[in-house]
Amino acid sequence: MNSGRCAACKHLRRRCPSDCVFSPYFPANNPRRFAYVHKIYGASNVGKILLDLPVNRRAEAADSLYYEAYCRIKDPVYGCVGLITILHQQIHNAQCQLARIQAEIGALSTQSQSEVQQFQQVENVGPSFLPDQNGVPNSTSFYDLSTWFD
Amino acid sequence: MKSYQEQPRSSSSCAACKFLKRRCTSNCQFAPYFRSDEPKKFAKVHKVFGASNVSKILNEVAEDQREDTVDSLVYEAEVRLRDPVYGCIGAIASLQHRMVELQRDLILARARLASYVGHCSLSSFLDDHGGLFMAPNFLDIPESNSLPFDQFGRFHFP
Repeated sequence: MNSGRCAACKHLRRRCPSDCVFSPYFPANNPRRFAYVHKIYGASNVGKILLDLPVNRRAEAADSLYYEAYCRIKDPVYGCVGLITILHQQIHNAQCQLARIQAEIGALSTQSQSEVQQFQQVENVGPSFLPDQNGVPNSTSFYDLSTWFD
Repeated sequence: MKSYQEQPRSSSSCAACKFLKRRCTSNCQFAPYFRSDEPKKFAKVHKVFGASNVSKILNEVAEDQREDTVDSLVYEAEVRLRDPVYGCIGAIASLQHRMVELQRDLILARARLASYVGHCSLSSFLDDHGGLFMAPNFLDIPESNSLPFDQFGRFHFP
């Protein structure tokens, strides 16, 4: 028996060729990894998916297939789609929360801007009301304070 | 729930049996979920999972959950065919990234609101809450630690 077989070939009880498509991604020391993908996808489908990809993308593909198989075994009804649904819900909730807070900020910002404008109007009265350096009141900019108390 | 096996079968084969070129029996397991007018649906799951594996998965779940199971398998198959490298994991990574961005925006928005209300300054709020940017898990689901991504979006597999 060839003790150098990858986990896939051990599982499939076959010889592991030197160009085995599975061996770089399903090492013998992690038999569960191939067992999971085999259970959900089947060895033939996994092999086809890997062979359809360039060599430099196969490791990531094998990882994602393993994770999806893992999720499906844990949750046979929804698999990893359950996580996607939960994430969508959480994103929606967070967006609603953010919109509420931004609306509150908007309302407070409008309120404080209006207060600042009122304050500035009062400040503008002062300098123009003050007399010029010769002590002569600037009558053209005289402001009738009595209107404040109407 | 009434068993699908008791319902009268239409004379046409279901999409699965048409695809597999076999006779569609009255108690065909696939017929309730792969109607003959949706041939692509079965073709996708067959390409990714295979008919035998789909059958085994359906046998593992309760009958009233099989429709949801088929829907999720179809979804997974579609995403895998669109993205053969990452499949649904790519979608999960993208959604988690979006969630991290939203959490950051929420913290900043709350800080800004707090500063308007005058409870504290922006900088002190961020001193107290800035650590939330790096929180390892925003999901309140059981066993969420089994998710493969850390707060930096890096894969970690079980």
